[in-house]
Amino acid sequence: MAEDKVATMRDAVAELVRDGDTLAIEGFTHLISFAAGHEVIRQRRRDLTLCRLTPDVVYDQMIGAGVARKLVFSWMGNPGVGSLHAIRRRVEHHDPAPLELEEYSHFGMVGRYAAGAANLPFWPLRSYFETDLPKVNPNIRPVTSPFGGEPVFAVPPLRPDVAVVHAQRADAAGNTQIWGLTGCQKEAAFAASRVIVVVEELVASEVVRADPNRTLIPGIKVDAVVVCPRGAHPSYAQGYYDRDNRFYLEWDRISRDPEALGGWLDEWVHGTATHQEYVDKLGAERWAELTPAPALSGSVDYGDYR
Amino acid sequence: MSRWSKSEMLVVAGARALEGRRVCFVGIGLPNIAVALAQRTVAPDIELIYESGVYGARPARLPLSIGDPCLVTGATAAMSMVELFSHYLQGGLVDVGFLGAAQLDRYGNINTTVIGDYERPKVRLPGSGGACEIAINAREVFVLMRQSARSFVERIDFRTSPGNLGGAALRAAQGWQGLGPSVVVTDLGRYGFDPDTGEMVLLAVHPGAEVEDAKAATGWDLKVADDLQVTPDPTDTELRLIREELDPDGVYVKG
Repeated sequence: MAEDKVATMRDAVAELVRDGDTLAIEGFTHLISFAAGHEVIRQRRRDLTLCRLTPDVVYDQMIGAGVARKLVFSWMGNPGVGSLHAIRRRVEHHDPAPLELEEYSHFGMVGRYAAGAANLPFWPLRSYFETDLPKVNPNIRPVTSPFGGEPVFAVPPLRPDVAVVHAQRADAAGNTQIWGLTGCQKEAAFAASRVIVVVEELVASEVVRADPNRTLIPGIKVDAVVVCPRGAHPSYAQGYYDRDNRFYLEWDRISRDPEALGGWLDEWVHGTATHQEYVDKLGAERWAELTPAPALSGSVDYGDYR
Repeated sequence: MSRWSKSEMLVVAGARALEGRRVCFVGIGLPNIAVALAQRTVAPDIELIYESGVYGARPARLPLSIGDPCLVTGATAAMSMVELFSHYLQGGLVDVGFLGAAQLDRYGNINTTVIGDYERPKVRLPGSGGACEIAINAREVFVLMRQSARSFVERIDFRTSPGNLGGAALRAAQGWQGLGPSVVVTDLGRYGFDPDTGEMVLLAVHPGAEVEDAKAATGWDLKVADDLQVTPDPTDTELRLIREELDPDGVYVKG
């Protein structure tokens, strides 16, 4: 019998996310675990180094709440909307405190996770030539190929203390399946020391084994499985609910004003004990709007080879 | 009073420039709608790549973000971002990469990182995203942006993505797979690059705009082509597609 790793979000964060940790809540637009971010805020973690390609609204909320001292990233904006104002206040005005930045490009960030996952000392890539990025980040370094001397750039492995991955489904042992955009979650999870998987649905192991090509992360890499339907809102889960673009637009107004941001955190994060309360508070009508019509994949035949 | 907005003209001119191109790496905002228009007009066989990890997207609605679920449903392939950047972009499959710019210089070098000093910026912009590697690895780079003396500048504050560096010979000497910027479309006109110097040249002004408008909205002494053209008016079909099908709420093409 495989180990049962199912935990509540409160227990998973309390046990696995510590003050001062390097934390990666990954997911490129898709499957961003806002629920885990909110729990980190509720438990008032401090001095975190937050890693994400796109800090997105989730890190604007967390940085606005004061959990982080450093941000490692490659594109800092509210996708399709504009700026992340809480982060910009920290960077432009040191308000209420400076925020240390370590900045790459997308390829550099995914390469860093890939090097971390593969236990390599660096990841080579054809980027950064003749730009100012290596001047402001000494971790982006020129190297030459040992096979003919061709110049490339190298970035160091990124090995987070904790990675959080939201997924459509997993079994109790943490075998995790994702479809739609998979971003860099596999690389981030394999690179991390501790992994929390947050799922829309807990399924039997037979469901996973019926479709092994869809497994992104095996349970052996996973420390906790948190069942948290709609835990990616206002991000989305392909086939389950749509991206709540209205919220992303509203966040622009909220995060411009530190008082409005504080009020939002009090009401929606500290004012809710669990993510289920947050989901209920959004209301059935909002969820109905965000529910897509089905578009089923065809099925494939793996064959029975007894 | 013209029958179309400046942004609509920008999108139309950007879409027309895609004629004959096959694989296009799409960015957020204006490029999104320009490629959608091209797919319905001059380039029906164009394949759209999104850095979120999609090849051959056929979005049924206009996505607000480049990671929208509508990009996946019905696409040819969805893949990890490591694979997207390694195999598709660095592997040499991308004909055109679309980039935006907060600041652009005469050689097509791009800043999307900071206005002012990096350590204590006046304005902190989003940064590279995938732009830096697109500028180096996509066969050609198209830039779509709104033009002003604040965005077309003599010196950019930070070089996020390389264009023709200090000139065409310097770019060519790098030996990169990407040949560099080839098309810049703004709300005032369409630009190309002089093959000898690598400097931007005004090739066409949009209807209603004059050369003097383009010069006034440029922070250097702008070169103008001897056979300067006027961009043909947007057609009824192009305007109908934008207004009824692609951007009925005017999210992208308000101004």
